[in-house]
Formats: sequence, C-alpha cells, structure tokens
Amino acid sequence: MQATETLQQTDIIAELYERFGEDCFQVQCCADGIATLWVDKPQFQYVLRFLKPKFPMLHDLFGIDERVRINREGQPAADFTVVYHLLSFTRNEDVRIKVALIEPDIQLPTIIDIWPNANWYEREVWDMFGIDFSGHPNLYRILMPPTWEGHPLRKDHPARATEMEPFSLDDHKQDIEQEALRFRPEEWGMERKNDDTEYMFLNLGPNHPSVHGVFRIALQLDGEVVVDAVPDIGYHHRGAEKMGERQTWHSFIPYTDRIDYLGGVMNNLAYVMSVEKLASIKVPDRAKVIRIMMSELFRISSHLVFYGTFAQDVGQMSPVFYMFADRERLFGIVEAITGGRMHPAWFRIGGVAQDLPIGWEKMVRDFIDAMPARLDHYDKMAMQNKILQKRAKGIGCYTQQEAIDWGITGPGLRATGMDWDLRRDRPYGGYDQFDFEVPVGNNGDSYDRTVVRIEEIRQSLKIVRQCLDNMPEGPYKSDHRLTTPPPKERTMQDIETLIHHFLNVSWGPAIPVGEATQLIEATKGHNSYHLISDGGTMSYRTRIRTPSFPHLQQIPLISRGLLIADLITIIASIDFVMADVDR
Amino acid sequence: MSDGMIILFSLTVLLGGVGGAAVMTWWERRLLGIWQDRYGPNRLGPFGIMQVAADMLKLLTKDDWVPPFADKVVFIFAPTAIVMAMMLGFAVVPFGPGLQIIDMNIGLLFFLGMTSLAVYSVLLGGLASNNKYALLGGLRSAAQMVSYEVFMGLSLMGVVMLSGSFNLRVIVESQADGWYCISQFLGLFVFTVSGIAESHRLPFDLPEAEHELTAGFHTEYGGMKFAMFMLGEYLGLILISSMIVTLFFGGWLGPWLPPVVWFGIKTFIVICFFILLRAAIPRPRYDQLMSLGWKIMLPLTLVNLVVTGAVALWLSGASGGAA
Repeated sequence: MQATETLQQTDIIAELYERFGEDCFQVQCCADGIATLWVDKPQFQYVLRFLKPKFPMLHDLFGIDERVRINREGQPAADFTVVYHLLSFTRNEDVRIKVALIEPDIQLPTIIDIWPNANWYEREVWDMFGIDFSGHPNLYRILMPPTWEGHPLRKDHPARATEMEPFSLDDHKQDIEQEALRFRPEEWGMERKNDDTEYMFLNLGPNHPSVHGVFRIALQLDGEVVVDAVPDIGYHHRGAEKMGERQTWHSFIPYTDRIDYLGGVMNNLAYVMSVEKLASIKVPDRAKVIRIMMSELFRISSHLVFYGTFAQDVGQMSPVFYMFADRERLFGIVEAITGGRMHPAWFRIGGVAQDLPIGWEKMVRDFIDAMPARLDHYDKMAMQNKILQKRAKGIGCYTQQEAIDWGITGPGLRATGMDWDLRRDRPYGGYDQFDFEVPVGNNGDSYDRTVVRIEEIRQSLKIVRQCLDNMPEGPYKSDHRLTTPPPKERTMQDIETLIHHFLNVSWGPAIPVGEATQLIEATKGHNSYHLISDGGTMSYRTRIRTPSFPHLQQIPLISRGLLIADLITIIASIDFVMADVDR
Repeated sequence: MSDGMIILFSLTVLLGGVGGAAVMTWWERRLLGIWQDRYGPNRLGPFGIMQVAADMLKLLTKDDWVPPFADKVVFIFAPTAIVMAMMLGFAVVPFGPGLQIIDMNIGLLFFLGMTSLAVYSVLLGGLASNNKYALLGGLRSAAQMVSYEVFMGLSLMGVVMLSGSFNLRVIVESQADGWYCISQFLGLFVFTVSGIAESHRLPFDLPEAEHELTAGFHTEYGGMKFAMFMLGEYLGLILISSMIVTLFFGGWLGPWLPPVVWFGIKTFIVICFFILLRAAIPRPRYDQLMSLGWKIMLPLTLVNLVVTGAVALWLSGASGGAA
C-alpha cells in the first residue's frame, strides 16, 4: 500500500532530481505516501520557486523540534526542521519540503515573496520555535502575548502550569501587559495622517459583537472608509499542539473537538485518520459510514450557524433564531447518538465509540425530510432580500488566483469558481461511495461564499440520506490491537490478554514510528493533522493545519477601501471560529 | 377644559406615555419572540408582563457612572433631551375630540420641531462620550436625521394641502369623508420610512448598529441614562405611530367605539407593524441609506407634492368657480 503510493509520487521527485541533481535532496518515506524531501538550506528557496507553478498553494508551514527525537533513521541531522507542505490542484498531489536547521544557526530566509500567506505561518514558527526568518517585514509574536518569554513548542519549554512559577498579575505587570498591546501604526508601516486627513485608528475587538469570538482588528479609518487593517490573533490560543505532545493518542481526541468548535466530530476525523495511517489500521465499513454521517450532520450544523450569523451581521434580526432552532433539532440527534452535543469526542482510532442507538433512523429521517423546505423558506427570507443582496454582492471579492496564493480553501475557494472538494477529489474515509455535487460560485464575493455554503447544506443532506439508506451492518470499530482492548471476558482467562487490556487502557497504545498527514474537507476548509510518532504512547509533534488561520490573514487585502459595515459583512462571510485560528 | 383638568390630563398623557413605552419594551420582545419561533420574556407575572417592572428595577439600581474621559455635563444632559423632546411632542397629539393638551394652529410644525430636537440627544451623546464608536454613531445619526428630516417634513405637505391646515385636530376632522392614506399613499410611505429613520430603529438603526459599532452613540451609557435613551426611542415609536394614525388613518374617527379607543387601536396596529419591520428587514449600509433618501425618497415626495398641489388646485378651482 505504502510502496505503491510512494511510486505514484515519484514524478515530482524525478522532476526535482532532473532540475537540481540528486545530491541536495534526501527522500523520506512517510506513512501517508506524500513525497517528502529534505532539501539543503542553500537550495531550498530555489526549489520552492521551482515548485510554485506546479504546486500553487502553500498549504502549511510549520516547525519541528527534533532535539529529543530518537527514531530519525534516514533523516539528515537537525535540531529544528521547517516543513513546507505544498498542494497542487491540477496534479492532485502534495509535496513536503523539509529544511534541517542546526543550532545555533536556526535561521532561514523568508518566502513571503513566493507565497504571501507565508507571512503568518513564519511568524507562528518564530513564535513557537524561535526560528528566525530573515527578511520578514514584521516578525512579531502572533499567538503568544508580546511579553512572553521562550518559545512554547520547544521541547524544553514547560507544557503545564505546574512546571512553572505560580502566575500572578500585579499592577505593575498589568500596566506592562496593557502597554504591550497598544497598537502602534508605525510598526505596521501606517501613516498617522496624510496631507489632508488625520486617520482614526479604531480597535475593533477583541471584544466586539461581530468578530465571532476574540479577534481584534486594528483599523486605519478615513471617516468610515477602511484604509488599512491589521488583524491581531492569539487571544484564543490554548496550546492544542503542545497538549498533543502530552496526551495519549486516545486522550487527545476530545481536544480536537475544540479546535473548530462548530465542527464537532469533524475534527476528530482528521486526527483519527492520521493516526490510522500511522498504524495502518483498517476501519470497518459501518464505522466509515457512521463517521461520514456524523461529519455531514456537523457540517450542516456549522453551516446553519454561519447562515444565521451572516444574516444577523448584515443587520437582519430574525433568521438566526430559525437556524439555531434547526441546529437544536440536529443536536437532539447528535445527543441521542453520541451523548454529547457540540463536542461529543465520539470518534475513536479505528472506529467510533458506540454503535448507533435503536431508533436513530427515524430521528435522522425526520430531520432530513424537513430541512429542504425550511432551507427554501430561509432562502426567501434572507438570500433573496434585496437589501441583503446589496450588502453582500460585490463585497470582499478575491480572484481564484488570490485565493490560491493566500491559502484559501473550502467554500471560500469554491466561491471563486474553483471546482475542488477533497471529499470528491481525494475521497477519504469512504466518500468515494457517495453521490453528491460540489457547488461552486463565480464572483468570490461575500454573497457567493454564502450561496456555496447553503448549497453545501443541501448536498450534505443528500449524503446523510445515502448513509441512512445504505448503512452497512457489521462492527463499529476495528478489531486491531492498537485500537480495541481485548474483550473483557477473556481477560480473566489468560494473563496475556489481561496485560494487553491493562496496557491499552492505562498507557494507551504505542503507535508505530512515522509521520502522516490526513487532509479533510472540514466545515470551513482544509483541516489536517500532521502527526509524528516517535514510537511512544504520545505524539512527538502534533501539527494542526486549520482553514481559518489563512482565511483571516487576507482580510486586510479584501477590505481596503470599503466601509466598516462591509468589513463586518466580510468577517461574517468568511465563517471562522477563533479556536480554529489560534488552536 | 379647565386649568385643573388640563394639568390632570397632561399628567395622564405623560404617565401614559412613559408607561406605554415601558410596556412596549415587553410587548416588542414578546412579539419578536412569536415571530422568531421562541418565547420571549414569559416568566414574570401573567404573560411575563412583570418583566417591565423587573427591568425598571434593575436599571434603577445600576451604578450611575460617568466615564472619566467624557464631557460630564453634556453626557448627562444628552439622554434627557430625547425624552423631553418626545414628551413635548405628545402635547399636540389629538387623542380624541377635545382630548388634546394644546390645540395649536401649527401643531404639525410643533411635532416636526420636537422630533428634530431629539437629534441633538443622539448627536451630543455620541460626542460627549469621547469614544470612537460613539463618535461614529453620532456622525451617522447627524447625517441620517438631517437628510430624513427633509423628506419627513415634505411628505406631510400633501396632507396639509388637502386639509388646508397645520392644526392636527382640523386634519383629523377633515378626514371624515376619507382617510388620507388613500390619496396620500406616497406621503404615507415616505413618512413611515423617515419615521423609522427618525426613531433610529432597525432596519435604520445605523447610529446604533450593534454589529458594526457595538452600541453606537450610547456605547458608554449604562443604568438610567441608558434607560432614558431607550425610553426616548420607544416614546418616539409611539409618537410617530400616533402621528401616522392622526395624519393618514383618520385619528380618532371610527364607528361604534369611543374615539379614544379607536385612536388607541389604530396606534397599536401601527406600532406592531413597526415591530414587524424590525423583525423582517436587514439593515442597509450607511451610504445606501443616504442614496435611498436622496435618490428615491426626495423625488417621490416632490412628485407627491406636485401632483397633490395640482389636484388640490384643480378641485378648488372647480368648486371655487361654482362659488
């Protein structure tokens, strides 16, 4: 399985060999079959430039602290690694470029001139690992507070509060912290005034009714016109990636729920599928269909929240109540099946937590039968409203090329007319068995982003109906020693089974050494977990690539020259949650 | 009416106005709740009506805080201005035959003057808060109200032409043979739209615009000073509704029931219509609201004015020729 996938990917490796020679590369075999090449530091910029036309999207950029990693066979010596994950739509393949850094020279040139969205990613790597990117225009902390000391994702940085001094905030410290948050336009290359206007700097957020959480944008205003904007994130940062290094493979699942907190079990999916790739676990069909059904139900739920809040943010008061009432019905189903509502943490490595309860068919059928008529009703109420159309059409446009350059995925990318959906184009977890359309827009404006999402609700209903009509019989979890403890009854019979059972439930499984990424089409765009196992019961590095992070980065680009009201429409139409940005 | 009666009647109107505004906060929430597939306040007292008292109690016991960076005098004066202006506006409303505090010859102009005064409240509140959101809200309200003031006044001129008077009592009495909502439907439309704009309620709540400016001009206000703004808004809603009834729906006129009851029923229906608008329509953008005003409302009003003038002239010419 792995061998064949690696073979398919050799195209790009051969092209690189041909162009740069074999000497500057070292190929690493990863469990997910994505071509992974270590590139020498002097060449890496040329390699990335060469790859840009073929792999137009910088999908992810992250660091790894390699200093205490034991199992690194076949990899060049490194203290830190910077990974560039590139994605091609036309070739439908990915490539990972890794650059090894040895202390004390942990510095790389920036690649903002190749991919503009590298800006925030490089800031994040600097913030988390202290890797310097020379030539970066504003290499400030992005997720941690500006006064933070140390780089949290380094292995020598404490992971828990108990490993640090007790925290206290006296008046003096509070003044320092507050002063550090003061917005200084000069740092961002902004003028305080031009020849005839003195600009107003408005601090929108982190507490504002329309920023959907704790998100701050510093606006440079001329009257009500947005001259420029600087998004400031990190207020929702909880160190999920660091936690991944301190939780067992199983006990990290509930943390994933809280990344895109509107996506529920959809988050589990990306994570457990990556682990399954690492451990080559096969998931039974019933579990696959149950997972798809639950994921699609959560997609509907997330899009309903989006729909309601979008209408509310353009000043329509009522729709949000209807959509939340529907979501409430949906949560009734989720509750009956999983016992949880927003964060069920219900997927397991190798399957799901329980079988479906008796009577689930009726609940699901009632819901999907009722929804289409209600969506028609909402369409008349909100989307066909002339005032709403005037507020949203032509506002916050970006072209397909801009979307790809800035790493936009999901409905935001499809709204530009890009016909790309991972569920159809790289079917994972059983999506190849389903029949559904991929809605696309034309203009890439706020209205199209909304229309695409609403059509996705209908398509998700279609998928759920297919799950309902074709739910296979069989086990709901895989019978694999790493996922399912031996049956309890047998543990009393022989010592081997007892030991396995005990280890499985106390330490948790030890996942085989390797690296794997699973991309999924989450509610808001591409979500992926890059997991590195060092052969232990916990992940060595958990990298969470979330769609909202790059989406927020390009807000200034599309809001310049518009009014504050338009900015609110744009923010609403992007559909982000701050936990999905800050992790 | 004797002096004593007038004082008594004035007090009744004042208390009725304030009480009506308070009940309206509850009624609006209940009505919105029904339309939005939820309950609204339904716990306290029968149908939740005691919610009004609870809210009042809460607002009264709140800390009466003035931000240290605000212009203190103006900051305190601003919310009272809107309540005073709206209350004074009620002085000319004919609730029934003889049931009017002042039967003024220029009653209509007095009403327009009072609603214009209310703008100061929002504007001063926005300026005195010394807050950027409040400032933006204040600016928006200045622009919005100044423009909509124009059409509001002009839209009523048709009614004045037809009735031949600025006196609200005369206007009501002249509708005995037909309400002006039929002949003056354009005027009614423009007046309704600018009425919402004047009382800055959704969909024209741009000075407030929760989703854009947090709370707009009253961002810094809390406690009773905030309650005054709210009171002013609801008084404005009732005042505009009763003016619509007076000017276009025959005021107290109606068969069988006592005139005051007719007036009350009609006003109530108009208020409910305003609440329905709030529930149904999204907020246009600031510049869109302005262009709606100057490019659609103003021409409509002028057309209405010219046509009404011509018809009135022709009618009077026809009858005058005979006389």
